Amino acid sequence: MSVDAKTVRRIAHLARIAVTDEEVAPLQDELNAILSFVEQLGAVDVSGVEPMTSVTPMAMKSREDVITDGGHAREIVFNAPLTEDNYFLVPKVVE
Amino acid sequence: MSTKPAALTDLTLAQARDGLRAKDFSARELAQAHIDAIEKARVLNAYLLETPDRALAMAAVADQKLAAGEARPLEGLPLGIKDLFCTHGVVTTAGSKILEGFQPHYESTVSHNLWRDGAVMLGKLNLDEFAMGSSNETSAYGPVVSPWRRQGSDAKLVPGGSSGGSAAAVAARLCLGATATDTGGSIRQPAAFTGTVGIKPTYGRCSRWGTVAFASSLDQAGPIARTVRDTAILLASMSGHDDKDTTSVDLPVPDFEAAVNRGVKGLTIGIPKEYRVDGMPAEIERLWQQGAEWLKSAGAKIVEVSLPHTKYALPAYYIVAPAEASSNLARYDGVRYGLRVPAKDIVGMYEQTRAAGFGREVKRRIMIGTYVLSAGYYDAYYVRAQKIRTLIKRDFEQAYAAGVDAILTPATPSAAFGIGEKANADPVEMYLNDVFTVTVNMAGLPGIAVPAGLDGQGLPLGLQLIGRPFDEETLFAAGQVIEEAAGRIALPQAWWA
Repeated sequence: MSVDAKTVRRIAHLARIAVTDEEVAPLQDELNAILSFVEQLGAVDVSGVEPMTSVTPMAMKSREDVITDGGHAREIVFNAPLTEDNYFLVPKVVE
Repeated sequence: MSTKPAALTDLTLAQARDGLRAKDFSARELAQAHIDAIEKARVLNAYLLETPDRALAMAAVADQKLAAGEARPLEGLPLGIKDLFCTHGVVTTAGSKILEGFQPHYESTVSHNLWRDGAVMLGKLNLDEFAMGSSNETSAYGPVVSPWRRQGSDAKLVPGGSSGGSAAAVAARLCLGATATDTGGSIRQPAAFTGTVGIKPTYGRCSRWGTVAFASSLDQAGPIARTVRDTAILLASMSGHDDKDTTSVDLPVPDFEAAVNRGVKGLTIGIPKEYRVDGMPAEIERLWQQGAEWLKSAGAKIVEVSLPHTKYALPAYYIVAPAEASSNLARYDGVRYGLRVPAKDIVGMYEQTRAAGFGREVKRRIMIGTYVLSAGYYDAYYVRAQKIRTLIKRDFEQAYAAGVDAILTPATPSAAFGIGEKANADPVEMYLNDVFTVTVNMAGLPGIAVPAGLDGQGLPLGLQLIGRPFDEETLFAAGQVIEEAAGRIALPQAWWA
């Protein structure tokens, strides 16, 4: 499979990465080089094979459902580019 | 009092530990020697951030502990930290513009464990952006220059990647050891390129908590140092169960250092025929045979093994790793940390921020990941790759079930290349660097790279040993045999100072 320019723009939008017109063609070539490299996987017989979900067999750990941490609002917003009263600020999303 | 060595920075980590305990020198002197060496080596661009004040403060505490006879396992030993490990109050960038100035309010479990054991922090080490690269050229803060040069040439070479700063700093004696991470070969390939030792332990051995995530099912932390013993000492401190990482295993950490001198008598070492790839230099092939001879002379039995799905590991990796990366890197949205580029609406802000903050390789991988996870392609790409991963792991399981204790392979298909040499190649050519290492991540196994010789141009070449799950001890034992047989290779003179 290979991607066309329109698909490159669609993927970029899904990935939330702005691309300029000049970037589309080189990106298309690079993505197609990678896609053609992974094409060989089609030659492997995978019938009856389970997809890997955990590389080391382990049971999902569980713990008591109690609060173990918290009260760090100031630390959590510390690195945010824009905040007010320990809230993150974003451009208006509701009309 | 015993005589001091020519330079404290030339000591191995084990020698420095013993010298501190024998009061041959102080932790302060040891830290200062490294701080001075780092200052003179800025042309290598190995450190993104130097923390000399913190190093001296930690060394002062270490000297008190040493004086009181309360030395902890790594008391007073100066280390570099790959800038992928979050360090409390110390800027952590992951080599990306999008995290410029990011100051974590927590400490990664791995680095926490090192400080708990008395180690001293020298600074944060350069890396490929978000650990995506095999040459350290994707760092937003410039490439790392290897301390190695080809004979008779002053062309700048790459130290490998993504842990290029870690490997270069260790080879250039800018720290006694360094933390590193390995998603597809990022510890073992730079170790091989710089004549240092690097081990990626079994998935789950080290906690991933507080380490900036790339591909969560593949990422593992491990050390790079100048000897097999030094990596064993460091890994023992870095490892251990952590409630904050659900994939961290609840197993006791063995005495890795005790395993170093265990030898290989009676062990069976497998040689996988599928690792003979087209275009591999003859000197790597010879070195590989030499490695097998060394292990045989030390009492191991050498057998050929077959890992038939080897050649599919790299293409499957380039589906699984970008898919996981595209999810993990969704968090860089201009809202919570780092860079933000304003735009007229929130989607525009996300898109402009990520376009400005991520480098080319990172964007490429996010987009491949987004594509293979998108509606209509998920089964054809992602599910198929995860099935192939099952087959890759099964290959290893069958070899181990047949009685093989460890597998010997070359670490890389070539020696280090020049900075910029592969700049115009298509991305796949760079990815081929990891052809021997990536299988190990796909199967979650431990792997160690040990320097085994020099090529015709005087550059180091490494061999890789792959172990059974959670049997790092055999890798230390067999790695030590190779290190002793090869003789520790002489690291480059400080042309940079």
